Amino acid sequence: MPAPKKNGLQTVWFQSPPVIISTATIVGGKEGQGPLGQTFDKVLEDNYYGEKSWEKAEQRMLEEAMQMAIERAGLQPQNVDFMLGGDLLNQIISASFTARNLGIPYLGLYGACATMYEGLALGAMLIDGGFADKVLVGVSSHFATAERQFRYPTEQGVQRPLYASWTVTGAAAAILAREGNGPVVTHATIGRAIDFGQGDPQNMGAVMAPAAADTIARHLADTQRSPDYYDLIVTGDLGTYGRELAETLLRQKGYEVGGRLYDCGVMIYSPEQDPHAGGSGCACSGVVTCGYLIKQLKAGCIKRFLGVATGALFSQCSFQQGETIPAIAHAVVVEGR
Amino acid sequence: MVEVKDSQPMEIRKREYQKLVQQVIPRPTVGRNVFWAFVVGGLISLLGQGLMNFFAGFGLPLTEAGAAASAVLVFLSAFLTGLGVYDEIAKFAGAGAIVPITGFANSMVAPAMEYRAEGLVLGVGARLFTVAGPVLVFGIVTAWAIGILYYLFRLGG
Repeated sequence: MPAPKKNGLQTVWFQSPPVIISTATIVGGKEGQGPLGQTFDKVLEDNYYGEKSWEKAEQRMLEEAMQMAIERAGLQPQNVDFMLGGDLLNQIISASFTARNLGIPYLGLYGACATMYEGLALGAMLIDGGFADKVLVGVSSHFATAERQFRYPTEQGVQRPLYASWTVTGAAAAILAREGNGPVVTHATIGRAIDFGQGDPQNMGAVMAPAAADTIARHLADTQRSPDYYDLIVTGDLGTYGRELAETLLRQKGYEVGGRLYDCGVMIYSPEQDPHAGGSGCACSGVVTCGYLIKQLKAGCIKRFLGVATGALFSQCSFQQGETIPAIAHAVVVEGR
Repeated sequence: MVEVKDSQPMEIRKREYQKLVQQVIPRPTVGRNVFWAFVVGGLISLLGQGLMNFFAGFGLPLTEAGAAASAVLVFLSAFLTGLGVYDEIAKFAGAGAIVPITGFANSMVAPAMEYRAEGLVLGVGARLFTVAGPVLVFGIVTAWAIGILYYLFRLGG
């Protein structure tokens, strides 16, 4: 017997769609000056955030974003059933240290830059499955912590290629609940790890575009919907060129998504800020979703969107050993109500 | 027209996709990069020559004037790295800022600043040469190789 809440090969649907009752976002200065700056709750003046290390700053951002989301929902940490969180640092220390401080039962996630959507999908499953009433989901990333872990020291003089992306400094959190007011999560499509043989860790857009195209096509096939069912289809951090690649791949699969396909990484910075291909990192899809997109739904500017966060599943060790980079994309449907 | 299809065997799909990627990603701005590398690299070298002449003017022998000029350039680069300016220059000037001795100084100071959070021994001490290390290793190995060739063939008598 097929699972009662599974649609097609990779999509699940929610019988009582979980509600996003509150969200919170904190971003760095560069993101605050970007086109979406007004949609974020707090902008840091200093990317050290008064801490001794970049890592401490990132962890504090995540903790504050999560606390803000809990407060806005009118809750205390002890009223939250589970916390789902992750980040880009080795052994997801930002999320785990935040879990230590908040004391909420915690499941650590790693989906690279797709972690926010992995969390939203799992959180909605926990609630609709009857295992939780309130679930906190949150992610963070920080330009400097990601640079030093994956690339070079921050002050190192290097010329980044034009297709490189810029890691977003920020943290996003959302509370999913069984009941309440706010947009609802109706479907989730869990991605497959897709590897098209790309190995350049600077060219994340090319690495992740096939995963995004695969998940979007799978979602549309599983739900038997056409792309124009959605006001927006928003990928996580493909960047300018990755977005174009995903659009081409989808066209070759028979889906025309042109005018509707947006990318959080392209939206978060303006070209004058010189981010090259665009933003990336867990916080990229996190803050654009919890900030801009949710506000658009609440204001009634859009009715529903398909969010598709993308992640590159590699470590510094794997690419130094010459391995190609698999990528993942998880999709979640959010509807205004 | 490059086509990437689910029906293709994976190897062909990867190859076709690589072609598609090459069509989409922007070409590096080689002309502009070379121009600015030449200008900025040239200016740094000019500054070095000026410093050398300056020290030589005080009566220092040429090799020692060169060492003094290098020391000033290294200091300037380290100082600008500390202020967070050198990476901005390098972003713009590329190899023009990376190849001269100032680039080498930057590649030592940047990790020193970055890893001080992990302490003096395991942070700064262990990781100071993360960027400069390979340059030194291959530079020294090349010097050995040239030295052996020189010994065998007595080049330049």
